[in-house]
Amino acid sequence: MVELLIKGTGETLYMVALSTVFAYLLGVPAGVLLSVTSKGGIVENHSFNWAFGWVINILRSLPFIILMVFISPFTRLIVGKAIGPTAACVALIVAAAPFVARLVESSLAEIDAGVIDAAKCMGATNRQIILRVMLPEAIPSLVRGLSITTITLIGYSAMAGAIGGGGLGDIAIRYGHHRYDTRTMLITIVLLVIIVCVIQVTFDKLAYRVDKSNR
Amino acid sequence: MIEIKHLTKTFQDKSGPITALRDVNLSIEKGDIFGIIGMSGAGKSTLLRCLSTLETPTEGSISLDGVDYSSLSGQQLIELRRRMGVVFQGYNLLMQRTVLQNVMFPLSLAGVPKEKARERAMQLLQMVGLENKAASYPAQLSGGQKQRVAIARALSTSPEVLLCDEPTSALDSLTTKSVLELLYDINTKLHVTIVIITHEIAVVKAICNKVAVIDAAEFVECGSTKEVFADPKSDITKLLLGREEKKHG
Ligand SMILES: Nc1ncnc2c1ncn2[C@@H]1O[C@H](COP(=O)(O)OP(=O)(O)OP(=O)(O)O)[C@@H](O)[C@H]1O
Ligand SMILES: [Mg+2]
Repeated sequence: MVELLIKGTGETLYMVALSTVFAYLLGVPAGVLLSVTSKGGIVENHSFNWAFGWVINILRSLPFIILMVFISPFTRLIVGKAIGPTAACVALIVAAAPFVARLVESSLAEIDAGVIDAAKCMGATNRQIILRVMLPEAIPSLVRGLSITTITLIGYSAMAGAIGGGGLGDIAIRYGHHRYDTRTMLITIVLLVIIVCVIQVTFDKLAYRVDKSNR
Repeated sequence: MIEIKHLTKTFQDKSGPITALRDVNLSIEKGDIFGIIGMSGAGKSTLLRCLSTLETPTEGSISLDGVDYSSLSGQQLIELRRRMGVVFQGYNLLMQRTVLQNVMFPLSLAGVPKEKARERAMQLLQMVGLENKAASYPAQLSGGQKQRVAIARALSTSPEVLLCDEPTSALDSLTTKSVLELLYDINTKLHVTIVIITHEIAVVKAICNKVAVIDAAEFVECGSTKEVFADPKSDITKLLLGREEKKHG
C-alpha cells in the first residue's frame, strides 16, 4: 500500500514537473509573441496577434479529458504508447502551454511602458528589450504564474490518471471509486493537498524574495 | 545642433485626429539649456518623444548635426539614440536591477565590457552624489534620488544632448533645486546640450538660457530667456509669468 502511494506520488510529481518544463518552453515564446505584437507592443501586428490569439483560445477552451482522448494518436506517435505517465505528459503539455502563454502575456503587460521607452532611447534592439528588459522585469509576476501553472497541472494530472495516466489520480479512482476503499482515497487526497500547499507556499516565498520592487 | 522644421504630429484617435504639434520650427544650439514651457496638453511631451525618436513626425523633419532622423534605420538609428540621453518624469528605472546595474545598463546594451562599464557607472554615481547607493534598488530610493540615478543612466553613454521631460515635476521645491543644479553642472562641466520640458516658469528661470513657449500644439514665442520674460508677447507667456508672481507674491 505504502509502496503504491509512493509510486503514485512519484508519478504525479514526474508528470507535473516534466509537463511544466515543456509547457514553459512553448508557452514563454508564445506569450512573448502575444505581448510584443499587441497594441502598443514593440512589433505591433494586429492580424498576427488576432490569429495567434484565436489559436490559443481554441486550445484553451477544449476540456482536458476531451483533449487527452483527441490527441492520443499523436501521443502514440511521439512516445510510442497512449497510456502511462509519460504519455499523459503530452496532453498535459498541450493543455498547459496555451495557458502559460496567456499568463506570460499578462505578466509582461504589467511592465510600465515607460521602462520600455527608456530602453529604446538607450539604443536597445528588440531582442535586448525582450531578453534584458521585459522578461527580467516581469520575473516576480512570472514566478507567481509558475505556481498557478504547477497547481493547475496537478489537477489535470489527477484527471489524466483517471484515464490511464498513472499517478495519485489513478490510485484514487481505482481504489477509492471502483473498490470503495475510502481510506486509500482519502490518503491520496491528503497527499495531493499537501503537494499543492507546499508548492504554493514555496513559490509565494520565492516570488517575494526575487521581487526587488517592493521594499 | 538640433533643427526642427515644420514639425507636425497628428494622432489618430477613436474620436478623430488629434494634432499634438502643428508646424513647429526650432533650432537648438550646442551648449544651450533650452526650456520648452507650456500648459498641460500643449504638446510638450509629444515634442520630446519626437526628438527622442519614440514618435515619428507626421510631417516635417528633425535633424541632429545635419543628419535627418527619417533617413536613418536599424543600426544607424540605434547609434543616433546613443548620442542622446533621455530623462523622464516618471524616472523609468529598471525596478529589478540595482542602482549600479541601472547606470551600467545602456553601456552593457552597447557591448561595453563589464569592468569598464562598472567603472564609468561608479564615476557617474559619484557625480550625482549616490555612490553609497550603488547596491540599492530603485524602490529603496526617494524621488530625487531616483531622478539622479536616471540622469546618471542617461549620461552613461556620454551623449551630446540630454532630453528631459518634466524631470522635476514629481519633486518638492528643494529637491527640484538640487536636481536643476545638477543639470546646470552637467551642461557647464560636461558640455552637454540640454533640452528641458516643463510647465513651471521657475525651472526655466533657474537654468535655461533659451526658452520656447508652446500653446495648443503651436509655438507662440521663442528666444533668449531674458528677452522673452522681460517682454512677453503672448497671452500664455504672460499668464505663466503672472501665475509665478502670484505664487511668490
Ligand atoms: N499616443 C497618443 N494618442 C492620441 N493622442 C495623444 C497621444 N499622445 C498625446 N496625445 C494627445 O496630444 C496632446 C498633447 O499631449 P502631450 O502629452 O504632448 O501634452 P503635454 O504638453 O506633455 O501635457 P502634460 O503637461 O500634461 O504632460 C494631448 O491632447 C494628448 O491627448
Ligand atoms: Mg507631458
